[in-house]
Amino acid sequence: MKILVCISKTPDTTSKIAFKDNNSKFDEAGVQWIINPYDEWYALVRAIELKEKDASAVLHLITVGGADVEPIIRKALALGGDEAIRVNAQSDDRYFIAAQIAEVAKQGGYDLIFTGKETIDFNSSSVGGAVAELLDMPYISLATKFELNGTTATVNREIEGGEEVNEVSLPVVISCQKGVAEQRIPNMRGIMAARTKPLKVVEPAAVDQLTSVVSYETPPPKAGVKLVPADNVAELVRLLHEEAKAI
Amino acid sequence: MSVLIFIDHSEGHIKKSSFEALTYGADLAKQLGTSAEGLLLGTVNDDLAALGKYGVTKINQVNNESLNNLDAQVYAKAIGEAATQTGAKVIVFSHNQNGRAVAARVGARLKAGVVTGAVALPKTDGGFVVKKSVFSAKAFANVSINSDIKVISLNPNSYKITAGEGSAAINQLNITVDAPKVKVVSVNKVKGEVPLTEAEIVVSGGRGFKGPENWGILEDLAKTLHAATACSRPVADAHWRPHHEHVGQTGIQIAPNLYFALGISGAIQHLAGVNRSKVIVVVNKDPEAPFFKAADYGIVGDVFEIVPKLTEEIKKLKGIA
Repeated sequence: MKILVCISKTPDTTSKIAFKDNNSKFDEAGVQWIINPYDEWYALVRAIELKEKDASAVLHLITVGGADVEPIIRKALALGGDEAIRVNAQSDDRYFIAAQIAEVAKQGGYDLIFTGKETIDFNSSSVGGAVAELLDMPYISLATKFELNGTTATVNREIEGGEEVNEVSLPVVISCQKGVAEQRIPNMRGIMAARTKPLKVVEPAAVDQLTSVVSYETPPPKAGVKLVPADNVAELVRLLHEEAKAI
Repeated sequence: MSVLIFIDHSEGHIKKSSFEALTYGADLAKQLGTSAEGLLLGTVNDDLAALGKYGVTKINQVNNESLNNLDAQVYAKAIGEAATQTGAKVIVFSHNQNGRAVAARVGARLKAGVVTGAVALPKTDGGFVVKKSVFSAKAFANVSINSDIKVISLNPNSYKITAGEGSAAINQLNITVDAPKVKVVSVNKVKGEVPLTEAEIVVSGGRGFKGPENWGILEDLAKTLHAATACSRPVADAHWRPHHEHVGQTGIQIAPNLYFALGISGAIQHLAGVNRSKVIVVVNKDPEAPFFKAADYGIVGDVFEIVPKLTEEIKKLKGIA
């Protein structure tokens, strides 16, 4: 079995979000970079668990980005995986990114492709579906549980107010979220091993960029909280009704 | 060059998020000087012609019961085909669970640029620029779609539903539907409760409630408001409440009109899941709780004292008591 996990680099959750060059670029000053949590905690860890159960399984990681992504992909390799592939290209366009991953995946012949449910910076939830379409594979998004029995996967998928249990034969693309696996911390052996694991750099395929970011905006700051004394709950209800018109 | 709006449904009924998408798509069509049409895959019990009140002139249907379950691959092919048959240039989805499964797939199929999580109508004077939520609602990006066909998915609860008069024509599309590869084995849905992602009002509890046995007062408040119930991550992790109630960065992201954060301190990861809420009310006995900084209204006080009073006052307002 061959598994491919898609990895993105994102700013740490607690990073200050600011923009520069006339609001056209994300201001990276002082930002700490992490593996996108959905890719790491859920997609990657679940793939590692599958490999632990099946010694013959091969686990590859893929990322699309410049050389600055390498520390992040090494960090991912410290958790697990046999090798990593970096497609040497930078893009905000989800189609472009998906097409690069699909190009590599076509040659790799993967049975399972995992992504996180979205990145915490662009919040698109787009790459997994587009990869699946380009590979003509089934796609199950927002998985909260993934079990494999031979070549049949049983996947719980989030729906409004609950879950749906799906069954599908491999190959398949899955986007993962909370529930699929539990977060792991890399150990020293993993960190040492990651240094010598192969990290292949491939040049991007010629693909059109279908979208581009023109500018960023930050929402206007909140006016500040209106505090109501604890002994006057009626006043809060009045404000919610008459001022906020929320009830 | 029409606008085609994907109509999502479950258990025979069209979802509220689709009424929003229909209104948005109809307003966009007006802006572009073209017509808006709906697309429904499968069958529903609702009156399709009545959807004309949201501004669409026609509802295209692929009347095939196998489409009542979502298989993203089958859906993408059918939607792509429908877009070609109807000559759609813009396809609108809701950025809900099913939209996340399908929108980007349809985009890749049609080689159409995709912007998910849109929060406003695109700017179309001399281009096509869509404003979307990024950085877990801490910022917006204006994204230009440069392809001939465009796909937008609209963040739930970000566009006001307007219903007027009007009736839509029904058009049955003749599309070959592939056999699904994804089998739906079972559906586990919470019965009789308001689904969290569709709720106008959400009442959410944190560690301040001290234990699962104390949730009764929160549920009373939610019932009085016809609200959905939610919780913070520590509460779900401690199994005080089911995981599907967990809102936050790693849980469900919601954008209700009104969010009550009761006994929740307001960690940045929690805020990332709720800061698209229009009005936030915080009750916490710690005046230093970071949630007060993100709130519109607040009471510094004990949830055990404040929450029952809130229920009582709302009942008075609604004339229930």
